Amino acid sequence: MYTEISLDNLRVNKLPHIWCAGCGNGIVLSAILRAIERSKIDKEKIVFVSGIGCAGRSSGYVNFNTLHTLHGRPLAFATGIKLANPDLQVIVATGDGDLAAIGGNHFIHAAKRNIDLTVIVFNNFVYGMTGGQFSPTTPEDSFTTTTPYGHIEEPMNISYLAISAGATYVARETIGNPLMLEKYILNGLLHKGFSLIEAVSSCVTEYGRRNNLGDPAEYVKFFKDKSIPFSKVKSVESNDGIVVGEFVNIERPEFVSSYYELVKKVKK
Amino acid sequence: MKERLMSGNEAVAIGAIKAGCRFFAGYPITPSTDLAERMSKLLPEIGGAFIQMEDELGSIGAIIGASLAGSKAMTATSGPGFSLMQEGIGFASFSEIPIVVVDVQRVGPSTGIPTYPSQGDIMQARWGTHGSHPIIALYPSSVKESYDLIFTAFNFSEKYRVPVIFISDEVIGHMREKITVEDSHIVFERKKPEAPKEDYLPFDSRYEVPPLANFGEGYRFHITGLTHDDTGFPTSDPVKTERLMERLQRKILNHLDEIFLYETFLVEDADILIVSYGVVARSAKEAILELREKGVKVGLFRPITIWPSSEKIIADLALNRKVFVFEMNLGQYVLEVERIVKKKVEFYGKENGEIISPEEIESCILKSL
Ligand SMILES: Cc1ncc(C[n+]2csc(CCOP(=O)(O)OP(=O)(O)O)c2C)c(N)n1
Ligand code: SF4
Repeated sequence: MYTEISLDNLRVNKLPHIWCAGCGNGIVLSAILRAIERSKIDKEKIVFVSGIGCAGRSSGYVNFNTLHTLHGRPLAFATGIKLANPDLQVIVATGDGDLAAIGGNHFIHAAKRNIDLTVIVFNNFVYGMTGGQFSPTTPEDSFTTTTPYGHIEEPMNISYLAISAGATYVARETIGNPLMLEKYILNGLLHKGFSLIEAVSSCVTEYGRRNNLGDPAEYVKFFKDKSIPFSKVKSVESNDGIVVGEFVNIERPEFVSSYYELVKKVKK
Repeated sequence: MKERLMSGNEAVAIGAIKAGCRFFAGYPITPSTDLAERMSKLLPEIGGAFIQMEDELGSIGAIIGASLAGSKAMTATSGPGFSLMQEGIGFASFSEIPIVVVDVQRVGPSTGIPTYPSQGDIMQARWGTHGSHPIIALYPSSVKESYDLIFTAFNFSEKYRVPVIFISDEVIGHMREKITVEDSHIVFERKKPEAPKEDYLPFDSRYEVPPLANFGEGYRFHITGLTHDDTGFPTSDPVKTERLMERLQRKILNHLDEIFLYETFLVEDADILIVSYGVVARSAKEAILELREKGVKVGLFRPITIWPSSEKIIADLALNRKVFVFEMNLGQYVLEVERIVKKKVEFYGKENGEIISPEEIESCILKSL
């Protein structure tokens, strides 16, 4: 089955976008838009929030209520929106640096609260917008502008962190399998609670070039080849590649509903 | 009208709710914590939302989001937390989101003395964030005024689409006074767009203050902290940038008549003008009464609107008078007074956690005679 992206949900007059030719962000964004289309959510109720970075620029191209916040803070802004008006469907687009470095604290706490947000992290292992510095997810030994001798830190596993922090829907997929990515985003949109979809994506200009990942097509093929189904390893982590799949899909009291339940009890 | 005994922080909480505040996000810090505690009790009772965030960066983000979703929103903090909020305050002033930030000052720099008062955040309230941006900062000097002024803070924020900093200090925040709570306050509601949905421009430069739609009302618009054009989308065009910056200044400075609030006390025949605000203005009033008994003609000018200043009003009051500034910092508001009056100003300041007493003010003035 193939879903068309409704042009009505794209700000066509803002195109062409600022992303580099061959950047994976377009694949992630189209998966988001197709998932929104399939979800049948009322478009007027969608608030699309993003942080700062290449991924963060996505809010400018989609035709909803959109909010381009500060670096690291999209989840804080999104929390305020959702709690102030629970009827709104809040979608957050963020980068690995935005979410897990500068915004790490909000990430942990939004997941812990299990607040009903759908968060799509464009994980390209690098800071794209500032020109290729390492990020929390940069693999060991790889080269970035601030690790000219190779990176010595172990990478952070964003999905694993989300699960441990309390997220109730967590999935990972690469741009090598956009239809699955779309499905996970759709599941996240329909899930009540904190959903994190880790979209492993490419940064041809800043990361791929320095680490010999080839042209955009080879980069996508690299992700395909590296993908290991979760069903096979039963772990979100593997030394042999990138584990993909739906890791967690559970129910737990959601913050905003619990808050307004409390309000019902104490309201005068 | 009801008589009640309450603290300054309590008065702000109760007043805020009467002024329409329905959302509070905060992170505990002395001496503002009891304000958050009060909001956590009151807001659920009226269907509003309270959330204790993970830090101040989260708190300011959450109230901006809540405001965009249509709630009047407030946070409260003190020095170090106020510093952490500055990036968010810059965002709110540039993208014109109404919010109220309460800063109950404590001694600084850094974590300073948590439980003692100071007035060390005066310049931070104006210039804490980067870039040339508009701001309004208000500072009460009593519990009663805390109650009344928080209405003004919300009204200004909604009317001018600007963050309003409500500065208080540890003494005003924790002091208990009997006040009459009036229900006659005017409450201003955000101006909503009337344009057809397709034509809505959230930063329409034909207005001084463009109407602001709430998210979810059918206007699909974009908000960013990047320099933006009338549509809200990023631009780096110098002409559009200048138009935006100029309007942001103008929308506040053209309305000083309404925005600049102040009090004068026994200034008509005064040879000496004391400038002080917040808790220190109370000491100044005492000192003035004592000095007048001794035949020294002294008067007080107390800015209630700390930012922006009315140059005309301050310059006129200082004309032909010797000017003294007393404040609990090592020289902040005095810079503004000097800038405006363009003559020698006597300054007395300290930031050691002690209030400047009436006796100190009195002896300072007597010594200068
Ligand atoms: C407070 C603050 N610190 C730093 C920056 C600079 N900055 C902009 S984007 C970015 C990193 C973006 O990386 P990531 O979130 O991974 O997104 P990508 O660009 O790779 O999509 C940084 C450090 C900023 N805008 N604000
Ligand atoms: S720098 Fe990297 S992430 Fe940013 S647009 Fe270019 S390829 Fe994409």
